[in-house]
Amino acid sequence: MLKLIRFLKDYKKECVIGPLFKFLEACFELAVPLVTAGIIDTGIKNHDIAYIYKMGGVMVFFGLAGLICSLTAQYFAAKASMGFGTALRTALFNHICVLSYTEIDEIGTPSLMTRLTGDINQTQSGVNLVLRLFLRSPFIVIGAVIMAFFVNVKLAVIFLIAAPLIGAVIYFVMSRSIPYYRRIQAILDRVSLLTRENLAGVRVIRAFSKQADETADFNKTCDFLMNEQVLAGKIAALLNPVTYVVVNAAIIALIWGGGFQVDTGSLSQGEVIALVNYMSQILLALVALANLIIAFTKASASAVRINEVFELLPSLTEKEQQIVLRSDQPRLSFENVSFAYQKSEADALTNISFNVPAGATVGVIGGTGAGKSTLMNLIGRFYDAAQGRVLIDGEDIKNFSFAALREKIGIVPQKAVLFKGTIRDNLRWRRKKASDEELWQALKIAQGEDFVRSKPDQLDTMIAQGGKNLSGGQRQRLTIARALVGRPEILILDDSASALDFATDAKLRRAIKQETQGMTVFLVSQRVSTIRNADFIVVLDDGRIVGLGKHEELMETCSVYHEICLSQLEKEVAA
Amino acid sequence: MKNTGLLKRLLSFTRPHLLYLAFALVFAVISVCLTLYAPVLTGRAIDQIVGRGHVDFIMLKQFLIWLAAVTAGASFAQWLMGLCTNKIAYLTVRDIREKAFAKLQNVPLKFIDSNPHGDILSRVIVDAEQIADGLLMGFTQLFTGIVTIFGTIGFMAVINVKITLLVVFVTPLSLFVANFIAKRSFKFFKVQSETRGEMTSLIEETIGNMKLVKAFGYEHEASQRFEEINARLKDCGVKALFFSSMTNPCTRFVNGVVYTLVSIVGALTAAAGALTVGQLSCFLSYANQYTKPFNEISGVIAELQSALASAKRLFEIIDATPQTPDSADAVVLGKADGSVNVENVSFSYVQDVKLIEGLNLSVQAGQKIAIVGSTGCGKTTLINLLMRFYDVDKGKIIVSGHDVQNLTRDSLRSSFGMVLQDTWLKAGTVKENIAYGKPNASDYEIVSAAVAAHADSFIKRLPKGYDTEITEDGGNISQGQKQLLCIARAMLSLPSMLLLDEATSSIDTRTEARIQKAFDTMMQGRTSFIVAHRLSTIRQADLIVVMDSGHIIEQGRHEELLAKKGFYANLYNSQFAV
Repeated sequence: MLKLIRFLKDYKKECVIGPLFKFLEACFELAVPLVTAGIIDTGIKNHDIAYIYKMGGVMVFFGLAGLICSLTAQYFAAKASMGFGTALRTALFNHICVLSYTEIDEIGTPSLMTRLTGDINQTQSGVNLVLRLFLRSPFIVIGAVIMAFFVNVKLAVIFLIAAPLIGAVIYFVMSRSIPYYRRIQAILDRVSLLTRENLAGVRVIRAFSKQADETADFNKTCDFLMNEQVLAGKIAALLNPVTYVVVNAAIIALIWGGGFQVDTGSLSQGEVIALVNYMSQILLALVALANLIIAFTKASASAVRINEVFELLPSLTEKEQQIVLRSDQPRLSFENVSFAYQKSEADALTNISFNVPAGATVGVIGGTGAGKSTLMNLIGRFYDAAQGRVLIDGEDIKNFSFAALREKIGIVPQKAVLFKGTIRDNLRWRRKKASDEELWQALKIAQGEDFVRSKPDQLDTMIAQGGKNLSGGQRQRLTIARALVGRPEILILDDSASALDFATDAKLRRAIKQETQGMTVFLVSQRVSTIRNADFIVVLDDGRIVGLGKHEELMETCSVYHEICLSQLEKEVAA
Repeated sequence: MKNTGLLKRLLSFTRPHLLYLAFALVFAVISVCLTLYAPVLTGRAIDQIVGRGHVDFIMLKQFLIWLAAVTAGASFAQWLMGLCTNKIAYLTVRDIREKAFAKLQNVPLKFIDSNPHGDILSRVIVDAEQIADGLLMGFTQLFTGIVTIFGTIGFMAVINVKITLLVVFVTPLSLFVANFIAKRSFKFFKVQSETRGEMTSLIEETIGNMKLVKAFGYEHEASQRFEEINARLKDCGVKALFFSSMTNPCTRFVNGVVYTLVSIVGALTAAAGALTVGQLSCFLSYANQYTKPFNEISGVIAELQSALASAKRLFEIIDATPQTPDSADAVVLGKADGSVNVENVSFSYVQDVKLIEGLNLSVQAGQKIAIVGSTGCGKTTLINLLMRFYDVDKGKIIVSGHDVQNLTRDSLRSSFGMVLQDTWLKAGTVKENIAYGKPNASDYEIVSAAVAAHADSFIKRLPKGYDTEITEDGGNISQGQKQLLCIARAMLSLPSMLLLDEATSSIDTRTEARIQKAFDTMMQGRTSFIVAHRLSTIRQADLIVVMDSGHIIEQGRHEELLAKKGFYANLYNSQFAV
């Protein structure tokens, strides 16, 4: 949590003013028992009705002053904590933006999202609570003890015993019950797992008639959960009764000791009541503190998860040096490239070497897990090769700046993702200032012109979140057009025609061939028909190249390719 | 009104634990009464110490001893009450949860297929916890709160009626104040939650597709859009937070006013001699205790309301229509002979959207049936109907001479071995997974099944062999290995009929070859229905069933269908006449 304090640096003023006013409020609150004592000792004893009214007025004034102080504190605390959350959120978002694929894989997208939302909200309310209340409780406790000394030194000793004792009780109960809550969370995770599993596996479970066993297993876990919850509850249920006992014991001691002092005349009756009231205030403050500690623990856990993300540094670094491109080199070449994902021991790609001349169309085929997408990810330098080099126009891609490299490449990913906004916004990703003419040209090649033209708002048509108002095929055409805008030198279609029917797929390939002279095109697919007419085909199996050549050659020489072709009867039927 | 019905229903779940409930109520009354009696004793004790030389130590001692006893009694009763409420809340929630889960095992598959799993899951987990919280709070705070309110009124009335009336009528002011603020801050909260929603969608869009964002160098725009929403969130967040946090100080202020009024009126009464100082201090402490339930009540009601909303969501599962039970005279299918007849079957998932109509199919024991057709043509539906995961709308399916409607579901299902493309494994060891259908299988049987499924070699290479823990849904082994384990699982209790779903693409060629071999071993001498994707399977089939939009449009052997020059021949040629 401390590491995140830097995000409060623009709110120093608020961080001082908030607690300061809280302190003032506590002072007013602490003064009230003294006023009550005055009413009793002076007003009632002397039947001084005017004094009683006056003191009543003072109390209302204290209350009002306390209210104003408290609202002021509240306002500054809200401002500081929201400012903190906002700054933290922006910083984390921007940090995630600079991470490379490797780090994103490591934490996982869903987890990144919860850290950016839930965890930050948790720390934000943690900061708010600390500013508002964390200081208030100690103020009241210490203040009440000091006031007690002010009233009577001898009896104040009781406070010195009782206050730490209450603190100890709270600490004991919390430290004993927290491990239980952790275990309860773990069991709850198991209940959740069982439920999830039973929903996903409902067919298998029923096929084996295992419903009764599964229910028994679930019930056992639920019983276990219940037992742990009851045990934790037993400890937690101690808190109120035990603190109540301590406070009342202290009150008994106060009254008893007070009796002797009053008898000798060194203390008044009203002062005894004031002391009793201070004792109650201490209890309330400490209980509030206990709740705060729980909230703060949660915030700290969130802070740890947020810091984990901040501690990740992008594993890919940019070089910006002058590059002399040589036209006599192949447009793209892989030189003996191997690559393994971070958590896996096996190579995802092994010893990949091939050259692609400018303007060629390359088909990449292989089963899932063969390494097709990995190969494409290396071209865009989303990961660095473990061994070997990837070269564009004879230059190692590590020597390009990210912007320069990605300017050269248009990618159509497998999943057709569009963002909320107009079609125009979505198509301008590669070139911010692309003219409508360029956009229509790209749409035409991507076989998307007709459907966009048929929309009443044309390029201004709004796309809903996730592109839900478009069909799968329409989304895919837009993502293809998006990659074509700005005429990249290299176009990668990563298995991205799967939502298109055969006729459209064929038209798309023809259009790309005709309209994009000089563009190097990678067609990644599991469909033989998509890549059959490529200038050459890379056949991948288990991360290795097992075939390289034209369709006819591969049918003769490459058994893996031959097998893939034969196995595709049904898939062709499917489309 | 709807809520009272829900509440009644929720409370009806506590009925089996009525004893605890009764004890909780008794202890609550005891602890509240004793807690309320304590200030009276404190007041009496203080009244014994009037001033110098006016201290009655004998009486003081007596009152203090009483106070100690009351304190001990009150806290003990409070502790017992805590234990009882804990027990009822958690027992009740366990019962509800178990009942919902048991229902999930007994609903028609349609229920599970048509409701998002995440939603059902959050009902069973999150909503159940919410009920527990609501019940705990309801039992402890609401109940003791009510007792406290009436108790304080009673105790105060005994001491002085006038001041009591003052407290009773002024205190609810804090409720109005709280309500007033809540209404004002509601609109800020609404804006805040809308903005949060906007932000969440943006986060889902950009962080969820970070790789895409990076591929297009869109980071800067994404960041700008984020900052814009973030700035708005800050503005409305500050307002919402500030207004909502006003409640506490404001109600405290109102309570302070009540306290002051009691002080003034009390002091005036005391000055007039109608009230002792001790009684005044007692009143002051009651004024504090009386206001507490009012301050807490909005929180308790909110908590209870969300508990009721959660209960409603769980009751929806509990109330789901169960599948029609097996009829009383349902036959237990012994060993199936392997014959299957589908007679004029019609079926659809959604009313009015016809899927399968007038389907006829006659299969003799030991035949291999390859089902071929495009996605959504009804291939998996056939599996659903054969296994009776869904019931036919019209027509009959006859297995071993019995209409499946007249067989017990369990015996029908156990006569099929099923390997689906959607490989499901339980979190547990490899061994447990293979023995899933036959928990008492010996190690020898398990290993033999794995060997027959060509899974033994990879299992041995796993870190702990057959005792390797498979994480949820087999995250730590490959898709192909998962399928091999599913085959081994079916292999262990190999029945006379098989339903197989060939994998399409997600498996490397070597594993695929193994799976193919395993399938071949399984199919020997068994009636097999294969949702086929491979040419070799289709060629070897005794019967190819070509399906298109719910109808069987052609059936026959490979050569016959080719000779027929129909739909199948057309498809076959279009693919291979390159």
